[in-house]
Amino acid sequence: MTELYQSQRAMRRMRKQAMERGVIAILDVGSSKIACLVLRFDGPERFRSSDGVASLAGQSSFRVIGAATTRSRGVRFGEIDAMPETERAIRTAVQAAQKMANVRVDHVIACLSGARPRSYGLDGRIDLVDSVVSEDDVARVLAACDVPDLGHGREVLHAQPVNFALDHRTGMNDPRGQIGNTLACDMHVLTADAHVMQNLLYCIKRCDLELAGLASSAYVSGVSSLVEDEQELGAACIDLGGGSTGVSIFIKRHMIYADSVRLGGDHVTQDISKGLQVPLATAERIKTFYGGVVATGMDDREMIEIGGDTGDYEHDRRTVSRAELIGIMRPRVEEILEDARARLDAAGFEHLPSQQIVLTGGGSQIPGLDGLASRILGQQVRLGRPMRVQGLPQAATGPAFSSAVGLCLFAAHPQDEWWDFEIPAERYPARSLKRAMRWFKDNW
Amino acid sequence: MQPLNHHPRRDPAPTRLTYRMNRLWLTPLFRSFLRIGLPVLTVAGGVAIFLADTDRREGLVMAAQDMRRAVEERPEFMVKVMSVQGASAELDQDIREVLPLDFPISSFDLDLEEMRLAVSELDAVARAEMHVRPGGILEVKVEEREPAIIWRSRQGLELLDGQGHRVAPLETRAMRADLPVIAGDGADAEVAEALALIDAVGPLAPRFRGLVRMGERRWDVVLDRDQRILLPEQGAVRALERVIALAQADDLLDRDLIAVDMRNPARPTLRMAQGAVEELRRIRTLEAGASN
Repeated sequence: MTELYQSQRAMRRMRKQAMERGVIAILDVGSSKIACLVLRFDGPERFRSSDGVASLAGQSSFRVIGAATTRSRGVRFGEIDAMPETERAIRTAVQAAQKMANVRVDHVIACLSGARPRSYGLDGRIDLVDSVVSEDDVARVLAACDVPDLGHGREVLHAQPVNFALDHRTGMNDPRGQIGNTLACDMHVLTADAHVMQNLLYCIKRCDLELAGLASSAYVSGVSSLVEDEQELGAACIDLGGGSTGVSIFIKRHMIYADSVRLGGDHVTQDISKGLQVPLATAERIKTFYGGVVATGMDDREMIEIGGDTGDYEHDRRTVSRAELIGIMRPRVEEILEDARARLDAAGFEHLPSQQIVLTGGGSQIPGLDGLASRILGQQVRLGRPMRVQGLPQAATGPAFSSAVGLCLFAAHPQDEWWDFEIPAERYPARSLKRAMRWFKDNW
Repeated sequence: MQPLNHHPRRDPAPTRLTYRMNRLWLTPLFRSFLRIGLPVLTVAGGVAIFLADTDRREGLVMAAQDMRRAVEERPEFMVKVMSVQGASAELDQDIREVLPLDFPISSFDLDLEEMRLAVSELDAVARAEMHVRPGGILEVKVEEREPAIIWRSRQGLELLDGQGHRVAPLETRAMRADLPVIAGDGADAEVAEALALIDAVGPLAPRFRGLVRMGERRWDVVLDRDQRILLPEQGAVRALERVIALAQADDLLDRDLIAVDMRNPARPTLRMAQGAVEELRRIRTLEAGASN
């Protein structure tokens, strides 16, 4: 775990550096598109969260000065499949965003949509030496959480303290300075496949960029598309992406669960392509123009030219009714939603006080999806769009950009993670000079 | 039908090199270098290469000098005549010797201050002014020193003005019979006192020959018949006036005296000639009735 700790701290340092320079890039490598935003930070924020002012969820301190989107290549299920292709696509997006911003960016914060995320809820408990909880004690209780076997080739992506309990009082956000005997904490750990993360890292490095942070896309799209009370009372965010569908559950402003379904909009397109015998590009166009999930009588009469360029008149002049198209799309969308439902059930979503579900991501733009989703997911379903951030172009405000916008918020105000606290002195190697220094610092 | 000239679509992705160049171009330092540093370097390099050749450098200097001369030698700036005002004929000659100017000459080549100093250094010149007047005239205004006294020094006769400043050498005493004579080492330093003494001589003027500075501290008045009046260092004029009063009252100086010694003003002393002493002794003997 120490190695992970070091690498995450290095990323945090990088982020700090980028903040000092005032420019940082956001890179959302998805299966269907790659989005790059360039953020400018205008010095110190006017409101700090300690003032009790939420400062517009931290978005008052930055503005978007460059935005670019490009068709993704070489990415499947949110994982990099063909590295040179992906590298080229990233270069295209970054260069276009840089051109719009007219600055050079060196630091980038990226998100990961695939990589089979897995959630763990950990808890730790310590007896306080001193009766007052100090920052050191928080670090110690975080370190005291017993980590289960993560499995071979898995890496921790997030490790966020979710809840603190002091003696019999629980539900504390910040136990520092309070008096008690026993401090306990709950931590949510999200792991992902290490090789997927390494591939992304390598691609970014090949583009002469430095990685200043890595987040799960399910998490960041939840951050951007859930409103404050939903985050507080408990809600799930379902990010219908191209290659994978992210599921995340929030309560008390903390993510407590995240997962991803390896199904997405690309599968719908593939179904259309196979069902109608058209190339993928045509299928994608038909899906975005005429797609839907609820058929009406009108749809039987609406004929869609599906075209072709074989030279065979009969083949090139085929038409299909919209009802047929909906008939192809609906089962797949249902399958995706049912899979998401299964993940939510597995996480125990029904025990949460609020059952709000927010659909976001590019796939949520299918007409009639909310009606279908409420049958599968329950009555409290709404379509979510990311919150507005300053300077974002109109073209990038749709639900397809919820994870990019969420990354902006993540960059501006990252949540405290395990590695933001100092390692407690006991965890240093026994003969380390650092340990001695810490001992002196703690005792004098 | 498929289009016959079906090209695969161009890859929109920038190549690695393009991408890097693009990022380099967006680097502020690099941009400012291109905008400011590179032009400056280019111009400086070009100039350096041009000037590296000695011939070109000399040619450039020559051209600059030629241009300068062309302006300087315009008729407006040329000086054609020198006019000397307030100088006698010899002094005029001397000034023209001291300032060897080759007319016409450009006024840029004239160093008036230095020329003024050179003229002022002439003995006969008390004060000099120089102007370049419009019309190409170099005007030299001179105030000449007035000779007041002749000094007979070890080197010969010299004319001095009232302040003891050298005016001109003199061939013979007879050339300036109107001026009094002083002699002795350091006499030129006390010309003012000498002139005051000469003023005070008054009734003795017909017998007055000159003044001699003794030991660089006091004056002797020399009269004809080798008579001398030895004056003290302090109050020389008063002592002389006392002697003159005595001379007028008792015809002191008509007698056979060699010197009147006033060096101690409280006790004037007479030095008589040898014959006078013997005569006095004879008369005293007669008066004593001791006629042997």
